[in-house]
Amino acid sequence: MAKITYIEHDGTEHVIDVKNGLTVMEGAVKNNVPGIDADCGGACACATCHVYVDAAWQDKTGSTSAMEDSMLDFAENVEPNSRLSCQIKVSDALDGLVVRMPESQH
Amino acid sequence: MSQSDAHIVILGAGHAGGTAAALLRQYGHTGLITLVGEEPVPPYQRPPLSKAWLKGEADADSLALKPLEFYAENNIDFRPNVRAEKLARSDKTVTLSNGETVSYDVLIIATGMRPIRLPIEGADLGGVLTLRSAADAEAIKAALGPGKRLVIVGGGYIGLEVAASARALGAEAIVLEREARILARSACEPLSNFFRDYHISRGVEFVLGAGVSGFIGEGGHVTGVRLADGRVIACDVVLLGVGATPNDEIARDAGLECARGIVVNLEARTADPSVFAIGDVTHRPMPHYDRMFGPESVPSALEQAKQAASAITGRAAPAPEVPWNWSDQYDLKLQIAGLPFDADRVLLRGDPATAKFAVFHLKGDQVQAVEAINSPPEFMMGKQLIANRKPVNLERLADTSVSMKEVAA
Repeated sequence: MAKITYIEHDGTEHVIDVKNGLTVMEGAVKNNVPGIDADCGGACACATCHVYVDAAWQDKTGSTSAMEDSMLDFAENVEPNSRLSCQIKVSDALDGLVVRMPESQH
Repeated sequence: MSQSDAHIVILGAGHAGGTAAALLRQYGHTGLITLVGEEPVPPYQRPPLSKAWLKGEADADSLALKPLEFYAENNIDFRPNVRAEKLARSDKTVTLSNGETVSYDVLIIATGMRPIRLPIEGADLGGVLTLRSAADAEAIKAALGPGKRLVIVGGGYIGLEVAASARALGAEAIVLEREARILARSACEPLSNFFRDYHISRGVEFVLGAGVSGFIGEGGHVTGVRLADGRVIACDVVLLGVGATPNDEIARDAGLECARGIVVNLEARTADPSVFAIGDVTHRPMPHYDRMFGPESVPSALEQAKQAASAITGRAAPAPEVPWNWSDQYDLKLQIAGLPFDADRVLLRGDPATAKFAVFHLKGDQVQAVEAINSPPEFMMGKQLIANRKPVNLERLADTSVSMKEVAA
């Protein structure tokens, strides 16, 4: 279990307990957190679950696959700490994770 | 009663209906929402049914859009195992299959489609299956396994995805296609040839130009498929993947305009201001193509759920999206953006032999659609080019040494 803080583009915070094994995207979608659409349901096909990972957590959330890199390369408002949240698996190590949503998914 | 207190009734608890209910709450609707679903479970994702579900990599919990508690916690009255049978627009009521009558202020019809069952001999035999629901997927999964022979009638995306899953489970897969090539309705020839060859290399058999005249069985269970030329193909199970038809009868019977599906506008509203329709059951405007169409896809259902929820809650209308879809087979990811309407040429970028290429459909020098295999840049940039209708240089588009960013610059 990990407590994850999702921050909407307008600053609204949602603190959610997410079960291990789910993705950061699923933790948001299953709790109706706005700003993570995840049209493809986690197939890494749409880039609508784009988040910014707080600097302190970038190492713990792991590295990106070639597919994720390639999708992110063409998403809107991409920053060096951009990730597709469907590709980040939740574990105890992510307890306290903070992610922010881009304006384009507002 | 103000609009935010309105009782909203949603008929159909699929991807469209479930998303609309959740978005209405996100957008601040406070009145009761009733969500009527024919299946025993709350809304879930259907695309993984032909893939992860069959391979045992997904279950009901993982596919659920929201956990069951979500509905009660958010004052959404989720009603499983029941469907709407009659719509009386004059008194704003819906009669359900359990005899109950429900009043609405706003109605959203999200009843989806049902698979077509061929009206031929033996189609009602056990083991002649279709795939739309989790229960359907479970029946297919139970029938597959090492050495089992699966015949798939129809070489469309669902059939091909199931063929790939069947091979992963050690079953034999034989695809029967009426046309001379697979994906005849939905993909261009280079792409359909590529998929055919890729499946053949993984052990799938194809019979093209094959008319099916009937199914034969023993003890009430299918044992073979009879072709129009008299050949019989033995099998343990059959999947019918020959298309689907919209569940629009409730709207037709209530006098709402239907084409191939319920006709709606860009708010997902019918001609009756209190009645919306979303998802596969609709025949909707396609702003990038200046025509009406039914895209039959999850992204279109989600877009319409946003349109309807925005219109109902008085929120600004969402910007029109470029239609898109995807398919996963083996290690192939197909991403399709746009629709090939009005295209006058097809352009290949990359080499199909590398399993990494894209097919662009152009009208003059404008991209109308792109089908991208293992090629996210072509998909993502193609989608943007369709949205902004920017002309492209065809020579550069065909040259993989020029990046997609440079092509679009």
